Amino acid sequence: MTRNINIWKRVDKPVVIVYLLMVIMGWFNIYAAVFNEEHREILDFSQRYGKQFIWIVAALILAVLVMVTDARFYFFFYWVIYGIMIVMLILLFFFGKEINGSRSWFEFGFVSLQPSEFAKFATALALAGYLNYHRQELTRFRIIMPALGIILLPAILTAAQPDMGSTIVFFALILVLFREGMSPYVFVSGLLMIILFFLALLLDNYMLELILTGLAFFLVWLVTRKLKVALAGAGIVLLIGGPLFMLNHSLNEPASYNLIIIITLLVSGLFFAYYIYQKKALGVLVIYAFLISSVLYINTVDFVFDNFLRSHQKERVEIMLGFKSDPHGTGYNLNQSLISIGSGGFSGKGFLRGTQTKFKFVPAQSTDFIFCTVGEEWGFLGSVLIVGMYLFLLLRLIKLAERQRSVFSRTYGYGVMSILFIHFFINLGMTIGLVPVIGIPLPFFSYGGSSLWGFTIMLFIFLRLDASRTEHLI
Amino acid sequence: MKDLFAARKYFIIAMIIIACVILIARLFVIQVVKDVYRLSADNNVLRYVTQYPARGLIYDRNGNLMVFNQAAYDLMVIPSQTSTMDTALFCEDLEISTDVFRERMKAARNYSYRAPSIFLKQISAESYAKFQEKIFMFPGFYVQPRTLRKYSKPVGAHILGYVSEVDEIQIKKDPYYKPGDYIGKLGIEEAYEKELRGTKGVKIFLVDVYSRVKGSYAEGAMDTAAAQGNDIISSIDLDLQEYGERLMENKTGSIVAIEPASGEILALISSPGYDPELLVGRARSENFLKLSADTLLPLFNRAFMASYPPGSTFKPVNGLIALQEKVIVPSTSFSCNNGYLFVGCHSHSSPLDLKGGIMNSCNAYFCQTFRRILENPEYSSVTEAYEKWRSYLTQFGFGTKLETEFVNELPGLVPAPAYYDRFHGKNGWRALTVISLAIGQGEIGATPLQMANMTAAIANRGYYFTPHVVRSAGGEEGSRFRTRYDIEIDSANFEEVILGMEAAVNGGAGATARIAAMPDVVVCGKTGTVQNPHGKDHSVFIAFAPKDDPEIAIAVYVENSGFGATYAAPVASLMIEKYLKKEISAASGWKEKRMLELDLIGIKSDQRDEEH
Ligand SMILES: [Zn+2]
Repeated sequence: MTRNINIWKRVDKPVVIVYLLMVIMGWFNIYAAVFNEEHREILDFSQRYGKQFIWIVAALILAVLVMVTDARFYFFFYWVIYGIMIVMLILLFFFGKEINGSRSWFEFGFVSLQPSEFAKFATALALAGYLNYHRQELTRFRIIMPALGIILLPAILTAAQPDMGSTIVFFALILVLFREGMSPYVFVSGLLMIILFFLALLLDNYMLELILTGLAFFLVWLVTRKLKVALAGAGIVLLIGGPLFMLNHSLNEPASYNLIIIITLLVSGLFFAYYIYQKKALGVLVIYAFLISSVLYINTVDFVFDNFLRSHQKERVEIMLGFKSDPHGTGYNLNQSLISIGSGGFSGKGFLRGTQTKFKFVPAQSTDFIFCTVGEEWGFLGSVLIVGMYLFLLLRLIKLAERQRSVFSRTYGYGVMSILFIHFFINLGMTIGLVPVIGIPLPFFSYGGSSLWGFTIMLFIFLRLDASRTEHLI
Repeated sequence: MKDLFAARKYFIIAMIIIACVILIARLFVIQVVKDVYRLSADNNVLRYVTQYPARGLIYDRNGNLMVFNQAAYDLMVIPSQTSTMDTALFCEDLEISTDVFRERMKAARNYSYRAPSIFLKQISAESYAKFQEKIFMFPGFYVQPRTLRKYSKPVGAHILGYVSEVDEIQIKKDPYYKPGDYIGKLGIEEAYEKELRGTKGVKIFLVDVYSRVKGSYAEGAMDTAAAQGNDIISSIDLDLQEYGERLMENKTGSIVAIEPASGEILALISSPGYDPELLVGRARSENFLKLSADTLLPLFNRAFMASYPPGSTFKPVNGLIALQEKVIVPSTSFSCNNGYLFVGCHSHSSPLDLKGGIMNSCNAYFCQTFRRILENPEYSSVTEAYEKWRSYLTQFGFGTKLETEFVNELPGLVPAPAYYDRFHGKNGWRALTVISLAIGQGEIGATPLQMANMTAAIANRGYYFTPHVVRSAGGEEGSRFRTRYDIEIDSANFEEVILGMEAAVNGGAGATARIAAMPDVVVCGKTGTVQNPHGKDHSVFIAFAPKDDPEIAIAVYVENSGFGATYAAPVASLMIEKYLKKEISAASGWKEKRMLELDLIGIKSDQRDEEH
């Protein structure tokens, strides 16, 4: 065993340097964000910047502990780590402290912990462990389902807290599955689902269904190269839908257009099935299946949106989609965020010179909206520097992942990369109005012990695996 | 194992690079390209100024303005933007001491270093004009316009309520409110706060280091305008209200006048009142303390917070219940020999029927009647008969809150049988035990508002609408005030009792309230004298007019004055005349003069002085 001698030499220095830079820059920005004239000392422990220093020191100690642990520990005990984290997430429902309507925190005296932050690396580990054995078979349904299960379990548990931000983060791990061989169709379907999700909220269901149906017949024409077939299909739909529509109109309590269209499509399916069977037209079958599942999906989305999302989350999505512009409601945060970032201009106002009274206007400015301070005080240059650092870190992580010998280490590396990527993209995106305001922290920058520790452990486990990449894990 | 999918890393790398390019492009747009988000100079700062909406106006039923707004100015400070300045000059201009200055600055800094807070409240327009010229010398300070209430006439304070700054409890209860916001207290201002308050807006300004406004930020693209609150049309008749307050000057007591057909309150007077202007602006807290300390309780709204025994004005109700329960008929006569058992009576002709009983206000008649109600063989016990009697009273609105807009109205009291059980044991009490209820004395208590409502119900021959002071708010009428409450007494029985009330005012010898008669309008009324253990009796009068198709129902209480006929009746008749004719005829001039000159408070304090 030579690891104790080599471990510090073999740790990837560029990643460590970027990590340290980010943590320190984060700390200074928190200082600037909640700066208080009465407490000018950056090490004033009654203030968030003082506390963040403690979290940083603790994070560094954690990093060292992770590094001195044998790499094989993570390989052999990933199930245990994952199991503990799942149990923690379940225990939240019983012992969690409710803050802002969600149970995401444990409170131990003066320290609060957010288990979902630790569940992220645990899930990446578990997925890596599973894929280590099954990676070449990800095209098979039986193999892919447990992998999705590993992701879905913590995703559902966090969704129930409810903490939509963390839920979305777990889904980022699907990128790992794609890298390891999952069908691109599944991946494309996933992207399609996201697009349909927004369209379902933007348009009336029946409008969207009519558009999709029209699109389907257009595709049929392209696939079969017979205009007649497409027109005949459309004719069948009209022949069934028309009378149904008229009949429905004469009822005292007419059903929704939406329901009429669903019934029409399902009934016409019987006629299409005959055609598909006769002509062995597989392409048409696929199109029909896609159409029906899309229609069912958009109805599910609408139903879930109306019945399960909490009103403030609904509002956030609605504001992002431009349904609502309420400068004193949820959109107010975004407006304030845009103003502070935008007012930074090209080179920013300088450290502690952010004159926006953000203290009052952007509530989470030291946590989820920390980027506002960066944008305002360091301007476009500072913003690009942050994006650049992340780009460097993410690409570096891919490079490190690709040089691993073991599938376990590689897939874990991709897991770390995916989770950091989604955090980074959503967090920055929300402060500049590209994505809905979803409350997730900017890794290494945002104030808070749990997230900093979670990301530190996650990153350093990978660095530890990378340091031992020449050794055999088993 | 061979890695079949290694090439997919390029797809992932491309995706990440594209994402970063999108982020940078968007950052470039909002930070470098777009003017909307950019500030012209480094020293410029944004100032968020809350745009406070003006409260809605309040009109009376005839469209006369009752409450409107006047401008005032709050001096604001942002501690982080202050710098060295001539503090002495500043304090001199604002007429404050340097100690106050230091104290206020400290408070502002404690609240927030970067957010604005109020430094000095409600500077008058004159001081503002003076100060504004020098404001550039005081960086970090600026002036925020506010509005204060102004009243067209110094009347109706108890109906209108007042406006004050929100306290912490209200801020916690409703996140709409922020420190420094105004909120309605009592009266219409509180009951219709949501309609009146309007919507706050925000204006963003560019300000230079000398606190000078350099223009609006992003050409106002981020601003929202404040929207004034909805106007309210009250049911009050401002002239009648003013006249009533004049009549009640130097007297304690209350007047409530209602339009029977709608339940709309025409006037609501509690005397002594106060000028609503006293509770506006910086002087409010000082004046409030003074008013609270006044022994005549000007802040106390007697109209619905004071509960008195109704006295003889209650007799018509007992007559109605007896008729409906069929224990008497209109022709039932009782003789009176200066009273009944231990309840005395004045001298009048005897025997009397129902009409005569009401006209002469014969105590004996109503004691006998009440006895018949409670000893009705239809019921198994006195308790049961009493419960039935009590249920009629509840229908008239006694013993429960009427649910007007006023949150602090009193329910009054009609004791449950359990009350008497406690003193006399179960079934240990009989009609004679509670006989004082027959003439509206004893444990029963009702507010002037409840008495006016009872009068309205009699005027309507058996129903009422919940009394209310607001006709429409923001163009919408309150639907809950359109519910008709019917009393389970036949209208024919009402006609019989109304004949008695008509006779009490317009009858011949023995009529108790002839002073309230008008030459060309049939007024129906009933006097009352409420025994007062603490001093002279209270004088009470209820009336409605005209007899057919009544337009006004009124209850008048004059405390510590004596007989109902002497004080309350002329006040009521003057109010009715004022409302129906819009002016007082020469024939009534002497009544008006006498009532205006009557000073019961002065007399009382004179007496007090003599006693000492
Ligand atoms: Zn008598």
